[in-house]
Amino acid sequence: MEIIKIGMADLGVAKPPNRLRTTGLGSCVGVVLYDSGKKIGGMAHVMLPDSSLGKSAEVNIGKYADTAIPTLIKQMEQEGANCRNMVAKLAGGAQMFSFLSGNDTMRIGPRNVEACKMFLAKAGIRIVAEDTGGNCGRTIEFDATTGILNIRTVNQGVKEV
Amino acid sequence: MGEFFKFGDFQLDVLREVGNIGAGHATTALSKLLQKEIDMKVPQVKIIHFDEIADFLGGDEVVVITVFLRVEGDCPGNMFFILDFSSARNLLEQLLGMKVDEEQEGFTEMELSALHEIGNILTGSYLSSLADFTNLNLQPSVPALAIDMAGAILSYGLIALGQNGDYALTIDTAFFEGNEQVQGHYFFIPDPESFEKLFSSLGVPFDGNY
Repeated sequence: MEIIKIGMADLGVAKPPNRLRTTGLGSCVGVVLYDSGKKIGGMAHVMLPDSSLGKSAEVNIGKYADTAIPTLIKQMEQEGANCRNMVAKLAGGAQMFSFLSGNDTMRIGPRNVEACKMFLAKAGIRIVAEDTGGNCGRTIEFDATTGILNIRTVNQGVKEV
Repeated sequence: MGEFFKFGDFQLDVLREVGNIGAGHATTALSKLLQKEIDMKVPQVKIIHFDEIADFLGGDEVVVITVFLRVEGDCPGNMFFILDFSSARNLLEQLLGMKVDEEQEGFTEMELSALHEIGNILTGSYLSSLADFTNLNLQPSVPALAIDMAGAILSYGLIALGQNGDYALTIDTAFFEGNEQVQGHYFFIPDPESFEKLFSSLGVPFDGNY
């Protein structure tokens, strides 16, 4: 069994018995896609809602919800998954420092979650589980064999969805 | 490394000096609070990929106590004051004579409030010395406290940078009390557009085109 580490603004695909893992999700959102028939899982660590926010010429596809989600779907399809059979699980999108809630840039967590939901809906993918918002960091690990997403937080322990 | 490639050795030296002055004042303030000698390390100016930002705190998942300030004004950026758990406990004991129960998980409201205030004083002195030295107008926000995974907290300070590239320039200064019972970091992460003003206020040649 291998644990594939997904860094910030990164994405990756796993097949059994491997697992996907991303650590320290704050306002970023971990998007997990799974085709349970083919047992192919994918994970993206999305940092910002939309690539139109980007000011640099080259776009890092893993960084934005609008580019990461379609790319992840494509990569999973290349491995044999079918978009129509995929379901999604979301975690993250917290507001680490709540006092700045009036400031739009600092409300990035909820905006990331909204954007991910929108681009998943566009692709016709149903969200079956979600642990988003709040003000705590999360580490997530996805098992491609069982389809279970393990979410760990500092104060609330571990939960599985 | 994208935009920051064009910084020469001289510019990086100047940023190191910015860290030195800011953290020097903050450390002096801490030393006065504790009435103890506090040493600090030479500031490190690093251009690092987002993924590596939490590495020198011990990794993404290490739980840290952080006071965060958003700086607005001429030189916008994000400021963090970071302590590990045992340092925060020792600091509370030494400063306030609060005996923190080793068994106790987390902190009481009073302890959190004290840590909040310590962070406020220290980051405030960091920024006001920087403002004096550069003659720039810096307006810190109300500080916020969070206790959570280092990766989750620091990534927050990178959002503004995330729109520009995948690398951040951080000015990191570590400090420690003689026998390292209290150690921590000040992180200043200026927004990309801040560098031009920062350099010009100090008379450092910079083509404004990084």
